[in-house]
Amino acid sequence: MSSMSRLHVVSGKGGTGKTTVAAALALALASGGKRALLVEVEGRQGIAQLFETEALPYEERKIAVAPGGGEVHALAIDAERALLDYLHMFYKLGSAGRALKKLGAIDFATTIAPGLRDVLLTGKACEAVRRKDRTGRYVYDYVVMDAPPTGRVTRFLNVNDEVAGLARIGPIHNQAQAVMRVLKSPETAVHFVTLLEEMPVQETADGIAELRAAGLPVGAVVVNMVRPPVLDEAAVEAAAGHRRAEVERALAGALERTGAGGSADAGRTGRVEALVAPLLEEAREHTERLALERRGRADVARLGLPAYELHLLGDGVDLAGLYRMARELRRQGMTGTA
Amino acid sequence: MTLDSMTEPLDVDGVLDNPRTRIVVCCGSGGVGKTTTAAALGLRAAERGRRVVVLTIDPARRLAQSMGIDELDNIPRRVPGIDGSAGGELFAMMLDMKRTFDEIVEAHADKDRARAILENPFYQSLSAGFAGTQEYMAMEKLGQLRARDEWDLIVVDTPPSRSALDFLDAPNRLGSFLDGTFIKVLMAPAKLGGRAGMKFLGVGMSVMSGPLNKLMGAQLLRDVQTFVAAMDTMFGGFRTRADATYRLLQDPGTAFLVVAAPERDALREAAYFVERLAAERMPLAGLVLNRVHTSGAARLSAERALAAVENLDGDGIVDRVGGQAASRTVDDPGTLAPTDLSSPESGFPQPASSGVAAGVASTVTTTDTTDQQHQSAPADAPAARLAAGLLRLHAERMQVLARERRTRDRFTALHPEVPVAEVAALPGDVHDLAGLRAIGERLADRAGAGSARETDEDAPARP
Repeated sequence: MSSMSRLHVVSGKGGTGKTTVAAALALALASGGKRALLVEVEGRQGIAQLFETEALPYEERKIAVAPGGGEVHALAIDAERALLDYLHMFYKLGSAGRALKKLGAIDFATTIAPGLRDVLLTGKACEAVRRKDRTGRYVYDYVVMDAPPTGRVTRFLNVNDEVAGLARIGPIHNQAQAVMRVLKSPETAVHFVTLLEEMPVQETADGIAELRAAGLPVGAVVVNMVRPPVLDEAAVEAAAGHRRAEVERALAGALERTGAGGSADAGRTGRVEALVAPLLEEAREHTERLALERRGRADVARLGLPAYELHLLGDGVDLAGLYRMARELRRQGMTGTA
Repeated sequence: MTLDSMTEPLDVDGVLDNPRTRIVVCCGSGGVGKTTTAAALGLRAAERGRRVVVLTIDPARRLAQSMGIDELDNIPRRVPGIDGSAGGELFAMMLDMKRTFDEIVEAHADKDRARAILENPFYQSLSAGFAGTQEYMAMEKLGQLRARDEWDLIVVDTPPSRSALDFLDAPNRLGSFLDGTFIKVLMAPAKLGGRAGMKFLGVGMSVMSGPLNKLMGAQLLRDVQTFVAAMDTMFGGFRTRADATYRLLQDPGTAFLVVAAPERDALREAAYFVERLAAERMPLAGLVLNRVHTSGAARLSAERALAAVENLDGDGIVDRVGGQAASRTVDDPGTLAPTDLSSPESGFPQPASSGVAAGVASTVTTTDTTDQQHQSAPADAPAARLAAGLLRLHAERMQVLARERRTRDRFTALHPEVPVAEVAALPGDVHDLAGLRAIGERLADRAGAGSARETDEDAPARP
């Protein structure tokens, strides 16, 4: 389904890694010679940090090369500049634009009536989706938007509906309707990033319901930061119970052989005994976490959407991790063509 | 793990118990546990004898239910089930943005004018929650609660803004807008009537009215004008309130707690916040660092644990995951790292069409559920494999610890003066009073996350 979509909107509860997933998705979509535009709308410069480059100006620029010769471009949309762009769409507002700015109209539009800010941001993204070059080909094969968090995304995307209702005629009305046509078409897919924890999964379910109520196209769920299972509950209980002595011996032996260079006495049996309890405690927390994730996974499955899983990167996300995530999304079929 | 001597531990109980503390503001970026922290602080303060109200903005459903609020009704409700032996009480409420806005209108305009505003389509859109309105209304509600003076302590959670700083700007932005020329221009035609307005404003208006009219459509412009004109009488009140709220935030009776998780983005946002609060002369009490990982076996390093896994691996019993974990040590993110951004594909043997299987073998992220279950060691696995599993989990934990410490150290190097409270990560979600109480204990434990971890979660609250 998402293979049809050209505008991928990525939302998710704060802290779930939506910016990272949006970036990985852009890389994945661009793989194999495509062009993807990664759009940031919240002014955080998260994309620049992720790709380890300087802050992005308000212009589209190439930010990464995707596997197989693709390109990822990035744009951090600045609401004030977007408003001037927007006004230029209708008029040559040279002096009038400056007058508006002087009067505080731009401040008004972008801060006091922040709904207008959302109009501008979604409008700019849709413009990039529709933009064609001289030969009539789309300039970007895909546009990926790092969108506002789950709680706000429906309202954010739907703002043009509201505007079209407020301004019932005129160019603002027409522009708002054109944007909504793109957003409500199968060209658009709204994805949610979640963790396998109760609150983010619940928020995802709520977000999906809201999107559907607004008639916006729901895409997929990306489950992020999944813990790779190492030991299951029975194994941990066995190691803590009737097999504790042999596990201790195995640990002691292994640690003794690594003694060189470190504190050599840590391998002695007495020390190992003291280590086993905290190690088992950590293992129990691991299995507790796995159980939590199993419940979360079942809840995600009940959402009835395609779901993709990405493992937690223990060292935090660096550029290498980002490419691994992109490859994983392709492998699991999120880009439709892998 | 305890805090190094560089930073002072945050005395949470000192802040909560001090009768001069009347407002605690929890701020920070989204997803760091701000609402949970606010709720836990409120509960702790109440159980230590204060009369507390917690103002939450958009809490997760289960958390709201744990405090007995499942309605957005703007009314503080008493939270049942708290330990009131110290004489305290806890109230909680969820912010209803639209209702708060409507109330201001109703309180400050006469009946007809209020109706004109409430029915105006432009107002309806604005008040129903265009992004940004939440910030104004949260601060408005805070001012109202404080003015009622029914509570010893108000704990407020800040909205999940695009920028955590938005709510600080809200009162000021509103104030400066209200003094602005634009609003006068907008209002002029409605007040003075078409032509007279134009003449009165001269050039400015003739430049303005044409484009605005064409752009917005006459009807929308009229709606906005009517709205602004109707609000006109209230503007003085708005300005006064915005100023009052701002001063309230600067008052020594207010304590800001910046909430963060030990992650790069969250702590970067926290650093901005600390700097901003200082610039605005607002009283910062400290940083709450949530979800800090700890280990009871911190003296066994990740490197050594992984080396021991390799020794066990020598016996040929450790599965593939172990080898992968071993390749991702703290300082070496792995052999997959592209060193040259211009040609990252060289490090990734993944042709777009056919390289899938090759990619899987070397990636950490295998995701098929049955595959994953297959990989974890069963209970009857050889002891060496169980031992390897324990070591591998410990190595992962130590890597997380190291990363969190680096991230935190970056913050404390920039802001060594900010007291820090570390809260150990809980393996599960918090959604009842017992869970909030446990968080409160961890928050107040001045020895830091390390010893908080040893506290028995089921132990009764300390006297």
